[in-house]
Amino acid sequence: MADLNLGALSRTLRALRPPRPLRRLLLALATVLAAATLPGPPGAASAQAPERFIVMASTTSTEQSGLFRHLLPVFKKATGIDVRVVAVGSGQALELGRRGDADIVFVHDRAAEDRFVADGFAASRRDVMYNDFVLVGPRADPAGARGTDIAAALRKLAPSALPFVSRGDRSGTHAAELRLWQAAGVDLAAARPAGYRECGCGMGPALNIAASLGAYLLADRATWLAFRNRGELAILVEGDRSLFNPYGVMVVSRARHPHVKEDLAQRFADWVASPADQRVIGGYRIEGQALFFPNAGQ
Amino acid sequence: MSSLGASVATAFELVLGADTRLAQTVLLSLQVSGTATLVGSALGLVAGAWLATTRFAGQRVVVALLNTLLALPSVVVGLLVYLLLSRAGPLGELGLLFTPAAMVVAQSILVVPLVTALARRLVIDALAEGGDQLRSLGAGSLALALVLLVHQRFGALTVVLTAFGRAIAEVGAVMIVGGNIDGVTRVMTTTIALETSKGDLPLALALGIVLLAVVGLLNALVALAQSRSTLPREALA
Amino acid sequence: MGDEVHGALAMKAPLLTLRAAGLRHGRRVVLDGVDLELQRGERLALVGANGAGKTSLLLLLHGLAEVTGRRELHALEPEGREPRIAMSFQRPFLLDLTVRRNVLLGLWLQRVPRAERAVRCAQALERAGLATLAGRRARELSGGQQQRLALARAWALRPDLLLLDEPTANLDPTAKREVEALIASFAHDGITVVMATHNLGQAKRLATRVAYLEAGRLVAALPVDHFFDGGGLPDAAHRFLRGELPWPT
Repeated sequence: MADLNLGALSRTLRALRPPRPLRRLLLALATVLAAATLPGPPGAASAQAPERFIVMASTTSTEQSGLFRHLLPVFKKATGIDVRVVAVGSGQALELGRRGDADIVFVHDRAAEDRFVADGFAASRRDVMYNDFVLVGPRADPAGARGTDIAAALRKLAPSALPFVSRGDRSGTHAAELRLWQAAGVDLAAARPAGYRECGCGMGPALNIAASLGAYLLADRATWLAFRNRGELAILVEGDRSLFNPYGVMVVSRARHPHVKEDLAQRFADWVASPADQRVIGGYRIEGQALFFPNAGQ
Repeated sequence: MSSLGASVATAFELVLGADTRLAQTVLLSLQVSGTATLVGSALGLVAGAWLATTRFAGQRVVVALLNTLLALPSVVVGLLVYLLLSRAGPLGELGLLFTPAAMVVAQSILVVPLVTALARRLVIDALAEGGDQLRSLGAGSLALALVLLVHQRFGALTVVLTAFGRAIAEVGAVMIVGGNIDGVTRVMTTTIALETSKGDLPLALALGIVLLAVVGLLNALVALAQSRSTLPREALA
Repeated sequence: MGDEVHGALAMKAPLLTLRAAGLRHGRRVVLDGVDLELQRGERLALVGANGAGKTSLLLLLHGLAEVTGRRELHALEPEGREPRIAMSFQRPFLLDLTVRRNVLLGLWLQRVPRAERAVRCAQALERAGLATLAGRRARELSGGQQQRLALARAWALRPDLLLLDEPTANLDPTAKREVEALIASFAHDGITVVMATHNLGQAKRLATRVAYLEAGRLVAALPVDHFFDGGGLPDAAHRFLRGELPWPT
C-alpha cells in the first residue's frame, strides 16, 4: 500500500482549489458550521458563565397551548434559570423522568404521577393548576351530545356509528378519555363503538383528523383555543366536574439520578406554586378566555 | 389551493420581515445538517471508495447490508441514538441528549450509508476505466480509493449534496434526540411539524417554502462554483 | 549510461522468464502454455488478432494478473536489483488533474521523496515534449499528447521494462510518428520494450523480435527479419501476415 505522505496528499488536494472569491465564501461557511459543534444554543456567546438551565419534560398539549412562552421568560427574568422544555406525550414525559433525561416533570396524569412518586423517582408531587377537557364535535351534532353531562354524551355516542377520534398515545388526555368511558359504563374492550378511531398522535394532529372527518373528540380546552383549523367543529359538552384536568409538577429525585439539577429544578417547582406565578398562570388568556386555573394552594 | 397562495405570501413576509426567531431556526438547521453532512461524508466517501477498490471475504454481504441501511428510517436512527445518549444508556455521561450535538450525531449516522453506497458506485465506474493502469503504477487499495475520489471530485460533490438534502429534510431523528426545545434544538423541520400539529397549516407550509428556498440557494451557489471550475485554469488565473 | 551496462546489454541477459504460463478469467482460459524468455534490451512486438491474448500477456508480464505456471524475474546485472516494470494501456487513463500532477502521481505512488519527484517530473515532461503543457488539464490534450503523457508517466518511474498496449492505435500519422520516436528513444536508452500492436509496419520498424499469438497461445517468436521473411512460420501466422486470418471462433 502506498504511503499516505501528507505533503503529497495536500498537493493533490490543491488541485481542487477553487477560485479566490469562492474561497472566501467557503471559509465563511466553514466558520459558521464550526459553531454548530458547540453543544448549547446558538448565540449563547455572551460573557455569561456556563448557562444555568434545567430540562423539563412536559406534554405537547401544554406546549401547544402557548403557556410556556408566556410563563418561562418570567421565570428566567426572576431567577436567571433557563427552562428547556421537551414536549412529548405524558407517558413519554414520565419515561424521560424515569431515565433521568429530564430534571423535572410537568404533566397531567394523576394516577401515573402517583406511581412515579411511589416508585421513588420523585420525592413528591405538587399541584400547579388545572384546565378542563371539552367534548368537541360537528356543529350539527348528529348524536345529540350537547349539554353539560359528559357521561350521558358518551353513552349516546357508543351505540352510534359516528366517528370518534381518540389519541391512543398513553398521554394524560388519553388516560382521561379512557376513564370517562369507563365512568359512563361503556366497556371499550368488550364492545368498541363502530366509529372509534385511534390515531396514536398528539392533541393537535388528533384535532386535525377530527376536523377533516367531522368527528367527535375529547380535547383539552387550552389546545382547542389555540387550534386554528377548526372546520365544522365546536364545543358540545363542557363544565362537567369530571372533565377537570389537574397538572402536577415533580422534581426528579437525586437519589435515583445523581446528576439531575435538583436544586435548580426545585426552584422552578417552588416558583410555579408561588402566588406570584400563580397569578401569571391565571393571567394567560386566548381570545379573552383563561386556559388554566391555578390551584397550588388548595 | 388558496392556502398555497397564502403560504407563499406568508413565506415572503417571513423572509423580508427578517424575523430573528426564524433566522435562528434556519441557521441552526444549516449548522446541524451541514456539520452532519461533512462528518458523514468524510467517513462515507472514504469507506465507499475503499469498498469499491478492495476485495475481501464476505464483501457481498457487506454491500447487501449497506444497501439495506439506505432504507433506514430517520425515526429509527433517532431512537437508537436516543437510547445511546440517554442518561440511562451507555453514553449518558456525555450529557449530549437534547443538544444540537446529539442532532449532529444522529444525522451523521443517517447520512453515512447513503454516502458510502453512492461513493462506491462512483468509484466502481472509474475503476473499470483506470483500475488496471493505477494498480500498475503501484497503487494499493486505499491509495486507489483516494486517488479515484479526487479524480471523481465533481461526482463526489453531488453525493455530498444529496446527503445534505437527506439530512436537512429529515425530522424523525432530530425530533427525538433534540427534543424540539424552543430556542435550543428547534430546527426548520421540527418547527414545521409543530405548526402542523397545532393546526396552523398555512404557517407550516410557508416555513416549508422558506426551507426549500434556502436549500435551493445553496445548490445554486454550488452549481455556480462547479461551472466556474470546469473552465481551463488559465482562464481563471 | 555506464559502459558496464552497455557491455551487459551486448551479452544475452534474460530479464523475465515465463514457463508454461497461463491466465484464467474465472473459468475461461485466456492464455495457455506460454514459454517466453525476455532478453534485456530487446524490443519485442506482440502481434495477433483481437482477442488473441496480447493484452493478457502484457498483464502477465507485468505481474498484475495471477499467473498459472511460472513467472520469474531475474536480477539485473550489474545493478543487482530486480527490474522495475511500467505499463501503459491502450486508452491512456489520465486523471482529471493537470498534466504535471498526472506524472507526479506515479512518482508519489512509488514513494519517491518530494524534491526528487519534482525533478523527475520535469525531466519526463521535457523528454516527452510536454513541458509547455504542464499546467493544462490532462483530459484536454489531443490523443497523441495524451499517449505521450502516459509514456512520460511510465518513463518517470525509471523502468527497466516498459510494456505498451497498442500505443498508437487511434492516432493520426503525425501523432503516431511522435509516439514511435519517443518509444524508440526509450529503447535506445536501454529500456526493454514489449509492445502489442496491430500495425505490422510498426512492428517491422521498431522491434528486434516479433511474437505471434493466436487464441491464447504464443505460437511463434522470431527475430524480426525472420518473422517477416516468412521462414519457419506456421500457416496461421502466414495467413495473418497476408491479412486473411478469420476472426477467432
